[in-house]
Amino acid sequence: MPSEFLIGLIFLPLLGACLAVLPWRWSIRLGVFGGLASLPALLAALTLAVIRDGAWYYTLGGWTAPLGIRLFVDPLALLMLWMVAIIGGVAAAHAWHDFRPGTPAGARFWPLWLLLTAAMNALFLSADLFNLYVCLELVTLAAIPLIAMAGTATAIRAAMRYLLLALLASLVYLLGVALLYNATGTLDLYLMTDGLAASGGPATSLAFALIAAGLLLKGAVFPLHVWLPNAHASAPGPVSAVLSALVVKTAIYLIYRIWLWTLPAEDPMQGAVELFAVLGAAALIYGGILALLQERLKLVIAYSTVAQLGYLLLVLPLASVTAWQAASYQLLSHGLAKAAMFLAAANILHAVGSDRLADLERLDQRTPLSLFALALAGVSIMGLPPSGGFLAKWLLLEAAWREGRWLLLAALVLGSLLAAAYVFRILAAGLRREDPTEAEDAEGTSPIGRRQAAYALLLAVLALVAGFGAAPILDIVDAGIPAGWSAP
Amino acid sequence: MTFGWQALPLYVVLISVVTAMLIFALGEGRQHVRTALNLGGAILKLVLIMLMLLAIQSGASFEFRMPLLPGLDLVLHADRLTMLFATLSALLWLITTVYAIGYLEQSPNRARFFGFFSLCVAATMGVASAGNLFTFFIFYELLTLATWPLVVHRGTPEAVAAGRLYLAYTLIGGVLLLIGLIWLHALAGGSDFIVGGSLAPLAAGNETTLRAIFVLFMLGFGVKAALLPLHSWLPRAMVAPAPVSALLHAVAVVKAGAFGLVRLVQDVFGFDLATSLGLTDLLAGLAATTVIYGSVLALRQSDLKRRLAFSTVSQVSYIALGVATGGVLATIGGLVHLVHQGLTKITLFFCAGNYAEGLGVHSVEELDGLGQRMPVTSVCFTLGAFGMIGIPPLAGFVTKWYLGAGAAASGAPWIIAVLVASTLLNAAYFLPLVHRLWFRPLPDAMAKRELAITGGRMQALVGPTIVVAAMALLAGLFAGTPGSPLFWVIRMVGGEP
Repeated sequence: MPSEFLIGLIFLPLLGACLAVLPWRWSIRLGVFGGLASLPALLAALTLAVIRDGAWYYTLGGWTAPLGIRLFVDPLALLMLWMVAIIGGVAAAHAWHDFRPGTPAGARFWPLWLLLTAAMNALFLSADLFNLYVCLELVTLAAIPLIAMAGTATAIRAAMRYLLLALLASLVYLLGVALLYNATGTLDLYLMTDGLAASGGPATSLAFALIAAGLLLKGAVFPLHVWLPNAHASAPGPVSAVLSALVVKTAIYLIYRIWLWTLPAEDPMQGAVELFAVLGAAALIYGGILALLQERLKLVIAYSTVAQLGYLLLVLPLASVTAWQAASYQLLSHGLAKAAMFLAAANILHAVGSDRLADLERLDQRTPLSLFALALAGVSIMGLPPSGGFLAKWLLLEAAWREGRWLLLAALVLGSLLAAAYVFRILAAGLRREDPTEAEDAEGTSPIGRRQAAYALLLAVLALVAGFGAAPILDIVDAGIPAGWSAP
Repeated sequence: MTFGWQALPLYVVLISVVTAMLIFALGEGRQHVRTALNLGGAILKLVLIMLMLLAIQSGASFEFRMPLLPGLDLVLHADRLTMLFATLSALLWLITTVYAIGYLEQSPNRARFFGFFSLCVAATMGVASAGNLFTFFIFYELLTLATWPLVVHRGTPEAVAAGRLYLAYTLIGGVLLLIGLIWLHALAGGSDFIVGGSLAPLAAGNETTLRAIFVLFMLGFGVKAALLPLHSWLPRAMVAPAPVSALLHAVAVVKAGAFGLVRLVQDVFGFDLATSLGLTDLLAGLAATTVIYGSVLALRQSDLKRRLAFSTVSQVSYIALGVATGGVLATIGGLVHLVHQGLTKITLFFCAGNYAEGLGVHSVEELDGLGQRMPVTSVCFTLGAFGMIGIPPLAGFVTKWYLGAGAAASGAPWIIAVLVASTLLNAAYFLPLVHRLWFRPLPDAMAKRELAITGGRMQALVGPTIVVAAMALLAGLFAGTPGSPLFWVIRMVGGEP
């Protein structure tokens, strides 16, 4: 039955984490494979169930809401879960080389990684605000030591800053949740709507403002993004990939959930979507400009995340089927492309010993596959065809045009030109050679290097293939459009 | 979505994509396998296009359709304009590949070069066979992406700077195109190309909108077609290796822009609608200015390749000029120049490459007396130059004849004046080169300089040069014979030969 699959998505990685804590090499192996490799199979079954039955709830232990805890799965949750399984899986395969079981680094790394996976899966399936708080906390607390695992002073400082700000964000969020519980007597996202419509007032508005502030900080939305670039840039490669592709999106996901599912359509706090859009547009431009000014490859990619998150907020006031498709597709294609870029950057950093753009000349000979992956993923980030990023941008432009939102449209266009500028700046740095007559050097790629590059390339190719496979994915997404958005 | 023989246009695009992927996968070594792949792919593509031509002759039609987004399909089809452009680029790809194999024999990064070279041709094929504007845009942007690594191929600061300029122009052009496309899509839905235009029913009440959309498209295509004032990237992009310049100018980038303008006027808006909105006058004016301006600037260039680049700026605008003038004759002139300019210009670039590789000659002054040192190349160069000037019976003359006759028929005598001025200017910047080649004495230093290309490499460079020069010559000489580009275009436009 599908309900067991839901439980499995949370508990198998958790069980894996428990196994990975044990000191034996085999237990770590078993934990990682069991916890991660099982996810796609579970998801495939779950996808079939959602296609057949649509969105559905599962009540844990048979206790019905509002007393018990419910899990909820719909197309949006499904999309996020698939991203955790695929992007997380490929990043884990990439991490396998640096964090082997049996080494001290491996012993520290894998329990945290599996805990992070379990926490994200639980977050995407949770249907009540307090559970979401717990999951959000777990995601953060698992992510921070993973950043610090790089061991450098920058990484530890960045992790510390992330920790403090994330704790602040969680507290603010929790305060909002408490206020809402007081006002409505429930924590369930989907049962609260009626209570809110009845008891709306300054207190609930304050509650939503607090929740929004907490989530914007966790989601590194401009101008609360300050912690992100250093944290994402100094983490180990696979961790950076998962942080940018998945972890920051948990906060955006919650903004979507709360504003599009929980909050009644006539609530005054719906006006916040305009603020979100302004912040998104500002992030798009500010992040783009700062990405263009960075001197280190991983910082460019991290600021690109700040910018690309802007697209996801920009969508909110557009409220149409097209806009929803755009948001879903942007979630997916940015996740794939950004993870590919961070994995490729990790390989380049490993091969060159530095990720300063000035040191990256002749990458086409030194790390050809990783540079190629970076370029392919870059196509999607820039939103140029053929790629998933292009289709997302097209849908977004179309939605903005239909609504006559010219300023958003201008921000979109400017943002994608900036993206093109910073992506091509990286690629040009990699193709540069000081002396054109210089002979080819024999510095080939080792078999391990080739395998690590293949993981980056795999995700980049998926981002590109997403440019042709939109129809079936959007078919599923269309079944879960938020209520206010489906009207023409 | 069918993958049967109707999907042949898809396979024609995919051949080059697959070739590119195999070359990338193969890596730098194994040169013979790469050469076999390159030539195999090019020949296979040409054969498929010939089959398509035969099938179309006997009434078959080709279309591949795949939904990309709700209401938007990826459509690849084959109409007559597609076949004209596709045949030209497949043919010249094969020849340029042979040339490039010889040209780059010793240089590094050949796998990357040939990979992107193939990808570039795949994008051109996609542009040629795109069945709607959305598909056209996808391949048009892919072309930008695939060309950039070729422009910066040498990796020198100069090449990187040229690449940056190229991107700045083409990506901003792409954005304008995208805005126009979104606008048109909101107005008309994802309409496929229909000969004669599909927007006429919408015209009433939307005149200003349609004008704005046209201008956005015109600028978007104009960047690649090097329309004034969007041409500055083209001469700078000359830092690319000679085969790249040849392909860029003759079939790929510049032609894709010109082809886009043709599609815009003929198939998206339709000539009548575009004229009634006053848009063809705008395009014709811009094209005519570009024709003159490009020639004037070409006069001033002392670098051979840069002179050829400005000549391209000027010559490609003949295509837009012909299409914008309208009427059967001028349209024939414009469309046939798509082929004529391609053949002639690729000849000239091959020759410039031969001079540069053989004797290290880059500037116009160094051409003195080279007719003795490199007679075959010099004969080809002379043919190309005469063709560009439009000396009868060469291809350029045929173009100008039809353009002039069309201008007279459409009651636009000023276009004839433009043609005359342009011809004089063409002569002014090409004849001195021919004079230098044959009538100036060979300087001693040049006489003593060793030819850097010999043996098989020589054949690989000079052979293709002879072939394209001969094709350019024959296209003009036998313009009235069935099978010639002119004959083909006349049948396409539906006029009498």
